[in-house]
Amino acid sequence: MERVIELNGNQYDVPVEVGNVQELLGHLELADRIVIVEKNRNILSKDAFDQPIKDRDQIEIIHFVGGG
Amino acid sequence: MSSSKYSRQELFAPIGEEGQKRIREAKVFILGAGALGSSGAEMLVRAGVGQITIVDRDIIEWTNLHRQQLYTEQDVVDQLPKAAAAERRLKAINSDVDITGIVTDVTPQNIMELIDGHDIVLDATDNIETRLIANDAALKLGIPFFMGACVGSYGLTFPIGIQDDQPCLHCLLEALPSQTMTCDTVGVISPIVVTTAARQAADVLKYLTGADFEPKLESADLWTGDRASMNVASMKKAGCPSCSENAVYPFLSARESMRTAVLCGRETVQLSWPEGRTFDPLAFAESIHGTTTNLVKNEHLVACEYKGHRVVLFRDGRMLIHGTKEVVTAKKIAAGLLG
Ligand SMILES: [Zn+2]
Repeated sequence: MERVIELNGNQYDVPVEVGNVQELLGHLELADRIVIVEKNRNILSKDAFDQPIKDRDQIEIIHFVGGG
Repeated sequence: MSSSKYSRQELFAPIGEEGQKRIREAKVFILGAGALGSSGAEMLVRAGVGQITIVDRDIIEWTNLHRQQLYTEQDVVDQLPKAAAAERRLKAINSDVDITGIVTDVTPQNIMELIDGHDIVLDATDNIETRLIANDAALKLGIPFFMGACVGSYGLTFPIGIQDDQPCLHCLLEALPSQTMTCDTVGVISPIVVTTAARQAADVLKYLTGADFEPKLESADLWTGDRASMNVASMKKAGCPSCSENAVYPFLSARESMRTAVLCGRETVQLSWPEGRTFDPLAFAESIHGTTTNLVKNEHLVACEYKGHRVVLFRDGRMLIHGTKEVVTAKKIAAGLLG
């Protein structure tokens, strides 16, 4: 089933192999970064990263970087 | 009295003359005079902040000029420390502002003394470890800390210590990252520097003028158009060692011996000694004159080539050894020059 979500304010087609938030982070190469994830306006704790991604979910991801 | 210098800022209704007065009374500490520090400092100096202290440990390099807006080619040739060049440039921009540049490495040992007495700490450092030290120190002194970081085309901001029930940086970072992306590993473009600094500066102005604003964690990527803005209040940790009632401020714990740091991705090792060991650059330059080449000296530092490495020794006792990531090599060079 095709899933189109809003990811960081942009429309995003979720690849078929991405089932949950953790897999999305892996796909975006953010799996080993420090990230804060919000799904449908709620902050997700790490143990909720296995939540499935559904069509029209709104997901925001902020990762920490060192520079400045 | 309202000088015409700030008339357009006072015309902006949420600031007004009253807000301008508050901006004028503010003492701002800027942690770093690199990219974010240059950009943020220039905005706040032009805005007419009363007093600014800007601290940085580095000298200006060619690779800085595309994004560090306070500096010129001549500053690189003169091997000026960023804090000294920033002070001079900022004073030229607005003589109303009392500006002090300090050439030093911010550490757990000196940060409390450095930031005490300021109303705001503006984050412009280039690494998460220093941010966590600043987070602890600012929380301990009750000074708001305006976090900002950027790399590539991506940046994020988060004002800390604005509301009692909000999380701090330590609450947000469950674990220290083993490695974060830095400007020296993946590069950076100047638009994201200016954007990130602008968000920080806007939050600072809102805070100073007493505007009602909610501290949000925000990010932007100017290349992809990605953006995020989160209310992270739910991430406040009841037992946080940095911001709870029983805070112990773990990142302020002093380390006594010589400290070494391999500076992010640029083949440079920094050696620094416990407080108390300082150097007279001009006398030192005299003593190494015969054994080194390309010697450059000024009142802040001595730079030279020694055994194939570029070495910079600062008045405050720090030494940068370029061209190596090996602490052992760096220590050999230091021993060779200092005996
Ligand atoms: Zn905390």
